[in-house]
Formats: sequence, structure tokens, C-alpha cells
Amino acid sequence: MNHDAYPDNYIRGILNSVKSIAMVGASPANVRPSYFAFKYLAQRGYDMIPVNPGHVGKDLLGQPFVASLCDIGRPIDMIDIFRNSSHIMPVVEEALALDPLPKVIWMQLGARDDAAAEKAEAVGIKVVMNRCPKIEYGRLSSEISWMGVNSRTLSSKRAPAPTQGMRLSLNRMSVGGGDTAASDRAAKNKSEQS
Amino acid sequence: MSDRLPGFSTLAVHAGAQPDPTTGARATPIYQTTSFVFNDADHAASLFGLQAFGNIYTRIGNPTNAVLEERVAALEGGTAALAVASGHAAQVVVLQQLLQPGDEFIAARKLYGGSINQFTHAFKSFGWNVVWADPDDTASFERAVTPRTKAIFIESIANPGGSITDIEAISTVARKASVPLIVDNTLASPYLIRPIDHGADIVVHSLTKFLGGHGNSLGGIIVDAGTFDWSTGGKYPMLSEPRPEYHGIRLQETFGNFAFAIACRVLGLRDLGPALSPFNAFLILTGIETLPLRMQKHCDNAKAIAEFLASHPAVASVSYAGLASDKYNQLARKYAPKGAGAVFTFSLKGGYDAGVSLVEKLQLFSHLANVGDTRSLVIHPASTTHSQLDDAAKIRSGAGPDVVRLSIGIEDKEDLIADLEQALSA
Repeated sequence: MNHDAYPDNYIRGILNSVKSIAMVGASPANVRPSYFAFKYLAQRGYDMIPVNPGHVGKDLLGQPFVASLCDIGRPIDMIDIFRNSSHIMPVVEEALALDPLPKVIWMQLGARDDAAAEKAEAVGIKVVMNRCPKIEYGRLSSEISWMGVNSRTLSSKRAPAPTQGMRLSLNRMSVGGGDTAASDRAAKNKSEQS
Repeated sequence: MSDRLPGFSTLAVHAGAQPDPTTGARATPIYQTTSFVFNDADHAASLFGLQAFGNIYTRIGNPTNAVLEERVAALEGGTAALAVASGHAAQVVVLQQLLQPGDEFIAARKLYGGSINQFTHAFKSFGWNVVWADPDDTASFERAVTPRTKAIFIESIANPGGSITDIEAISTVARKASVPLIVDNTLASPYLIRPIDHGADIVVHSLTKFLGGHGNSLGGIIVDAGTFDWSTGGKYPMLSEPRPEYHGIRLQETFGNFAFAIACRVLGLRDLGPALSPFNAFLILTGIETLPLRMQKHCDNAKAIAEFLASHPAVASVSYAGLASDKYNQLARKYAPKGAGAVFTFSLKGGYDAGVSLVEKLQLFSHLANVGDTRSLVIHPASTTHSQLDDAAKIRSGAGPDVVRLSIGIEDKEDLIADLEQALSA
């Protein structure tokens, strides 16, 4: 997988197929991006599990925190990692010890570890880096258009107004593809420099 | 779902718009409301905390305006956009995110007279110091860079003379100085030039001109290219530092490659207040649907009229980059191959008096201070749009006393030429 620019179909396929998501580094502080993303994904019907050893004994929007991935005790479709790039590898190694393996490992905006991605992909796990699942879900459903964001999708179909807990259709026509977008080019240059 | 790239005309009609979820209305409804009901207290808190997508109050966002924002972002190839009340409002909101009092920005000397005035006087009172550079001399931008420089501002096609700016050369200077390049793309519209493809980090427009296109609605817009890294060295604290207005959120960390557009909305528009009326947004959206058709006709007409004027005995010179003999023709071929725009200037052998007489005798051209209308327009910049400049500055910005500016409309070009012919020969 080219991790500089993902085809919409790759992201769409992941968000349409996974049901349970373990969020590593989930924060109970309501100004942290992990809290926003956790809450949004729960509202869109995903089965969310907060993972953070510092908050065991508490819960996040009704879901109890667990200390680590191996404490979840049931199969998980996707692991969403809210940690800096330098803390990715140990989480991926822990994920690779799970049985069954997760189908997807997702690293948040700003996080990228190509060596960890290669390890996961070698055993058939799909990897997404430097993206936010909330933003991608909002973009592909066009819900994010309320904020003037370019969803890079089109549709002539009437969609229902979103309500609490409703899964939205992500099957809109993509404007993406073809040339690499300027923002993807800039991100690539940045990752090559660092 | 295949990842196929739709063309510009398809985006001009469809991007951002979909049938109304409640009624099925196919045209974008005018959501002429100040405010939006919350589902419950938690929903309200989530919206105010920037945690959920949705509407609160039309000064922060409106569904009609959102369609306009996404459409222009798509046409420009940006990640997001923010519509505001005018092009001037767009410039204030952009620079408010970038500059602290005492900071500097470098601007091309050839700009719309109103922008020169805004930068020189209004922004000076905020402590934002403009440093002028010559868009025909890239090195002059390089020389103007200091540790306090926070942005570079240029026009893609410069008002009033229609000269073409070498966006790529100036973007190299911006990149080296680690500051964003802001391009005012009003006179080109994304149909002719997409500055982001040439290295712009932020694009601004007066929507009042070619995008709206019918001379009926004011509006402005800011497009975020998503290309600039705001986190380096605390140089842009509005983007990189915890914001007390939002309980310590860091916008770049939270919103990634559309953080600048969000900053403009939640720190700029929310606090400064220049919101666009949804009714204006509706009219501008309707205009954008025909942008590709209109813009080509504007350019084709402008070229024919520039050629007519260049061969007329009463005309001293024509400044139109679409003419093969023009100084900017090579840049026009590179940046605007479909046409060099429809706003340009010419000067008369009879000087100032001949210019005034021409303006008075024209029957189809309207004498007014706007450009980018379906109708053809004429003005004498030295006594109007650029009147606040001194004589030397007027000449430097292409608005000397003998210069007449035209904005060519989409009428039949034969009728426009006949009108100019009678006014010049009488």
C-alpha cells in the first residue's frame, strides 16, 4: 500500500467492514482529539473499546477502560492508535500477538511508522497512517461538508438527515484519485524530511 | 465506487450540493435562518466544543454557505473553504490567523487599489505591517523577507492591468522563508488558474466578481490548500497553540490539513463577524454553475476587443496578457492557457481628457466600480479605484492618469467593438 495517498475505496472498504474498534491512547479529557473521535465513532454505531492503562477502573462514554489490547478478551476488527510515531511499534507488536489478529491497524493524524506498517502488512493486516477515522467517515459520508470541508465526493441521491447511532452511506462517487492532491504531496515531503 | 476524476464543469454543477435530506429539493435551498435547534444539551455542548459536525448559528456556519464553500474548495483543489461577506473580509480573516501586532507580510505592489488601501492603512492600525515587492522581480520578494515575515500575498492576474504573476517562482521564495503563500485568484477564477497547483497555500477570492458573475451579490471566500505545516517553531500560535476560546484545543493537531480553514471559521469569522448572507451564497452558487461557459466567453470576447483596440489609431497602448506582443504573454501561456482573463487596461493618445470623453460616450459599457459582471464595464482607475494612491504609486500599480480599465462581459463581441468604435471616433 502506498501510504502517501490512499484511494477512497481502500478507506471506504475499511470503514464499511469493521464493527469493533479498540482505541489505544483514548483520553477522557473532552478537549483531546481522541475523545472527539471516540464519541463520534460510537455515535455512528461502532463498538468502541477505550485502551489506556492510566484510566483503568473508569469508563469512557459508558465503555470501561482496559489497560492493554490483550485485556480486551474478544476479537477486535480494528485498532486505532492515538500515540506519537515513536510509540507506535510496541502497540503494533502487541496487536500482532493477538489471536485472532485484527483486520486493520489505523494510526492517527500525525502518526506514521513505516517499519511497523510493514510488519503488520506482512501478516495481511490493512494499515492506515496519518489519518483520522472520524474525518474520513465524515468526509466519505459528506457529513463533514457542514464545516466547509471538501469531501471530494459527489452524489445525486437523497440521503437521510443523520440521527444518533445512525450508520451513514459512504458509497458516494469519489472526486479523488488521479493526480496526488497538493495536501498529500506536502505531507509526503514532510515525512521524507523528518 | 471507482476513483474517477470528474471534470471541472461537473464539479462546478455538483460539488458540495446534494438533494435536501428533508424535502428532496434538488436546487440548494436558501437556509435563511440565524440559528439551528440542538437535539439535546449534549449535542449543543459537542457542537460548541467543535466535537461534532453540525450547525449552531449563521455567523459560524450555514448549510447554504457550506455548499458554496465545498464547491469552491473542490474547484480550487483545496481541502476546505470558508465563505465570508466580501473579498476584503476574506483578507482580514486570513491575516488575523497569521499575524500578531508588529509582524510583517510581503505583498505584490500590483494589486486591486482597495487591497493596497486596506493593507497600507487599515492593517497598519492593527500593527500588521505590509512590505511591498515587485511581482515582476522575484528577487524583490526574497530581499523583503525578515524574521517577522508571516506571509506573502499576490494576485494571480493583477488588477487593473491584467498582468500575470509567476506564482511558482514566488512560491519558492515563500517555501524557503517557511511562510504561506496567499494568492488572490479573483480575476482568473479557478477555471483559468488553480494557484494551489502552482504552490499556493491559501487562495482568496472576491466572489462578487467572476465566480458569482452577475454583479448582484457581494461575497468572499478563503480556500485552504492543506499544504502548510503550521506547527513549526510556534510561529503561528492561532493554529499550533492551545486555544483558550475552546478549552485548550490545538487546531492543527485536531483538524490536520484543513486546520487553517477551521481557524478562519472559529477564531476569525466567529469573533470578527463578517458572515455571508445565505441568500447571497445561493445567488453566487447559481452563478458558479455556469462559470466554465461564462469565463471562456469573457476571455474570447476580451481577446477580440484587445486586438481591436491595439490596431486603433486613437489608442497608445493595450495591456492585455492574451496579446502575442504583450510583456506577460509567455506567463499567460503557461498559467492561463484557456485565456488571459477579461479585465485589462489601455491608454489613449489623447491622455486623461480622451479617457473621460470615451467613458461618457460609451452606450453599452457601464461606467462603474466593479469587474467580472455579465455586462461589459469601464472605469478610469486614476480617479476612482486607485484615486487614494499618489501619482507615482498609481503608475507603479498600472493605473496612470491616461489609463482606462475594461471588464469585458458576455455580450456579442461585435456589439462591444461597435460601441468602442463610435466612442473613440466621435
